Amino acid sequence: MTEFDVASKGEGFGTEATGRWRPGLRESALFDRNTIHEIHRMAREGIYDIRGFGAKRRVPHFDDLLFLGASVSRYPLEGYREKCATDVTLGTRFAKEPIHLDIPITIAGMSFGALSAPAKEALGRGASAMGTSTTTGDGGMLPEERDHSDKLVYQILPSRYGMNPDDLRRADAIEVVVGQGAKPGGGGMLLGQKISDRVAEMRDLPKGVDQRSACRHPDWTGPDDLEIKIGELREITDWRKPIYVKVGATRTYFDVALAVKAGADVIVLDGMEGGTAASQDVFIEHVGIPILAAIPEAVRSLQELGMHRQVQLIVSGGIRSGADAAKALALGADAVSIGVAAVIALGDNSHHFEDEYEEIGTSAGYYDDWHEGRDPVGISTQDEALASRFDAELGGRRLANYLRAMVLEAQTLARACGKSHLHNLEPEDLVALTFEAAAMAKVPVAGTSWIPGQNAR
Amino acid sequence: MSATASAETVDLVAASVRELNQRLHDAASGGPTGWRVSNPNGAHALAAGLDAEMDVEIDGHTGYYCAGMNKLATVRVRGNVGVGVAENMMSGTVIVDGDASQSAGATGRGGLLVIKGSASARCGISMKGIDIVVHGNIGHAGAFLAQKGNLVVCGDAGPGLGDSIYEARLYVRGSAAELGADCIEKEMRDEHVTDLRALLERAESDADPSDFRRYGSARQLYTFDVDNAGSY
Ligand SMILES: Cc1cc2nc3c(=O)[nH]c(=O)nc-3n(C[C@H](O)[C@H](O)[C@H](O)COP(=O)(O)O)c2cc1C
Repeated sequence: MTEFDVASKGEGFGTEATGRWRPGLRESALFDRNTIHEIHRMAREGIYDIRGFGAKRRVPHFDDLLFLGASVSRYPLEGYREKCATDVTLGTRFAKEPIHLDIPITIAGMSFGALSAPAKEALGRGASAMGTSTTTGDGGMLPEERDHSDKLVYQILPSRYGMNPDDLRRADAIEVVVGQGAKPGGGGMLLGQKISDRVAEMRDLPKGVDQRSACRHPDWTGPDDLEIKIGELREITDWRKPIYVKVGATRTYFDVALAVKAGADVIVLDGMEGGTAASQDVFIEHVGIPILAAIPEAVRSLQELGMHRQVQLIVSGGIRSGADAAKALALGADAVSIGVAAVIALGDNSHHFEDEYEEIGTSAGYYDDWHEGRDPVGISTQDEALASRFDAELGGRRLANYLRAMVLEAQTLARACGKSHLHNLEPEDLVALTFEAAAMAKVPVAGTSWIPGQNAR
Repeated sequence: MSATASAETVDLVAASVRELNQRLHDAASGGPTGWRVSNPNGAHALAAGLDAEMDVEIDGHTGYYCAGMNKLATVRVRGNVGVGVAENMMSGTVIVDGDASQSAGATGRGGLLVIKGSASARCGISMKGIDIVVHGNIGHAGAFLAQKGNLVVCGDAGPGLGDSIYEARLYVRGSAAELGADCIEKEMRDEHVTDLRALLERAESDADPSDFRRYGSARQLYTFDVDNAGSY
């Protein structure tokens, strides 16, 4: 098939446009080779691109911020002697049993279905080893996951796959998912090739069909209903469990205020760069705002309500390192959450699998077709042969190591700023490298006292 | 079946919803099995999260999520119910003497929900194994994304019935004029008549199963097909 054929159904890939540059050949900034390739693909297939991972475009991010560190006017803490605490308690507002985490980095909700059972188990093992929580996803609570997670957050999503009051009572916290950063306003997606017998049974679906899960909750709409829904969940669990509300970052100031009004104990805020297992590329790249812009909006909303630190704020979206985490905390978050980074820590996109990545038409560092279920590492698959390649124990150790390194990094930065707890980091410790980041994060451009947009209404 | 004369009575003028539900939950590990709730006054989440065989009779109208996520218990409402009655029910029986608001039986995974009056929009939305019998009519978008279980409507079904339905079975005695995407009328075979008869009996309905038509999934949207893009 050539570039110009129209696919009959089901066909339609494998025609790579590989132009080779010579002096005098000038590539268009607008119509670059990727764009041309995508136009040809659309012309062939007649449908949007679906993929996993997060936004690939560059957006203002934590890299655009720097810590000032201590100097004459303030003194740092001694790295090996002076304590820099990292713990956080979530759900102190209404829950009888708030959860206490040793580190302020949690594992985000990722469904069994999107991920294999051993991958879910590994997330539980790694998180538990570090005294933090992991989260279920669109697909219910997997027994392996419950068994290996000391603290497990149970998501209640529009699809309600596998939703079960026993699991609700078995959970350590409940997360009402309104939206997710990769696709605020979008529903779930799990293509037929990943609906194995076990996934099908947990979701009450026939095997092998595409799942089109809803984008709105079936039994409530709007903030007033949400308040009643949260009330019901509290009644069912006798007010024991913290209740989180997860939103994609869009109209953050208002969403946070409404979630607080609806009775949330914890707000989970996911930026537009946040990962997904399967969404339309157009959704991932074009909807929502960066987490850098959203955190100050959320904090402002909480502060105006007198709820900052009373209602805890967990933020996510493209968090990769202790530096990212420390900057998010400095902007006022109580904890951060990781999705893609955790999947990578388990081994995703490792060059060890390069040959097999090539066999499925991709390459290490680029693999994002998590929805197809052909993951050679055994993470984003329901194929038993592939999944059995993945060693849950080893994966758990890798994740624990990764989290440990992140925490050490964050502590290093906090001590340099003279802080004895990660939560003592503050916006005052930060400056921005770009105007955009300064305007969004509401910290001054480095070397100036200028915060674009401030005092200029 | 109704709560016996010896039923434990909770008057919601004196007690809070929290107290009521805590007592009902505590009774699962030994306690009265017959309960009567008076003066519900439209309160939300009444008898939500029950997890034992018991009979609860509510004397009046309730708000949202009455008997939400019910397991094993029998809850009877002598009145109308708000949004999401018996949402995500697992087992047991919920009987509403009056009418039900939106999303009755939403995402229910088992048990039987009976509505003696009519139900509003989105009745049985995303149902996953529950049986719902409505003696009257249902509003629009009934059984939207319904996955499993049976929805029986003795009256008429509003527009958009069974949109994007999976394997749930829908039985309607009256009209079902505008079916939703991928929902079609299907042959009523003997096994369906037998199933339906049993359901109607359990739901205290004397409707004749042979008067019903059956609807279900055409299964055209089960795997994505560009030519169906307009239906998604
Ligand atoms: C493989 C995968 C599966 C996901 N599944 C869910 C899900 O079921 N429910 C949900 O609320 N978010 C889901 N998410 C989003 C994450 O919970 C989280 O918001 C996001 O990954 C955070 O951004 P990051 O990946 O850049 O860390 C998923 C993300 C990934 C990578």
